[in-house]
Amino acid sequence: MASTFETVADIIADTSDIPRDQITPESHAIDDLGVDSLAFLDIAFAIDKAFGIKLPLEQWTQEVNEGKVPAEQYFVLKNLSARIDELVAAKG
Amino acid sequence: MRLEYFQMIDRVALFDEAGERLEAHSTVPLESPVFEGHFPGHPLMPGVLLTETMAQASGYLILGLLRFTHMPFLASVEKAKFRSFVGPGAPLVISAARVHQGSGYAVTRTKIASDGKTICDAELMFRLLPFPDGLSAQMRAQAADIGLVLENA
Repeated sequence: MASTFETVADIIADTSDIPRDQITPESHAIDDLGVDSLAFLDIAFAIDKAFGIKLPLEQWTQEVNEGKVPAEQYFVLKNLSARIDELVAAKG
Repeated sequence: MRLEYFQMIDRVALFDEAGERLEAHSTVPLESPVFEGHFPGHPLMPGVLLTETMAQASGYLILGLLRFTHMPFLASVEKAKFRSFVGPGAPLVISAARVHQGSGYAVTRTKIASDGKTICDAELMFRLLPFPDGLSAQMRAQAADIGLVLENA
């Protein structure tokens, strides 16, 4: 079974035309991969469907904008994968 | 339908909150300056306006489901297919169903049929943003005008 990171990386490659081998756990979706906000919505939709969750993008955006959480917590892919795992676990 | 004013929905025939779907009816106008160019002597409803029509039906659906808390703005058009032509006077049945409610966005499947025949269909994504000043009241009034009635509103 593919790891969460591998599934996320495949989704980003499929939706954003980014070569799969350029996507690593350390990649920052925006700063390193150049994913824009619209492309991130496509990625979020694919992640929501793949994992049966709802990424709390509005809450994350607010936390980053208010300086409560560094953007890396949500947009570096190893961290994003960890957040997804937490959401999947919380769903029971 | 008043194409020049982007009034694409004549009336909402069904708003099914539990089923997360909406059906609307419109009639392509007999005359419009749009048809002078699209195409001279051969009037056809442009695909871009059919897409706008599907987007508006989807938008009213989302507005109703969210009870006008956010304004849906069209963000992407996927899998759009234009399967047949329609021209002046054609009756349209526009249906939209919400297939996903994300955080700050929503996705619909939508289609237009005329005389039982599918004209076009697409999957649309909307970004959901706070209403710009004054727009909420206008959208509520516009929705009421075309028959979008919410229970317990």
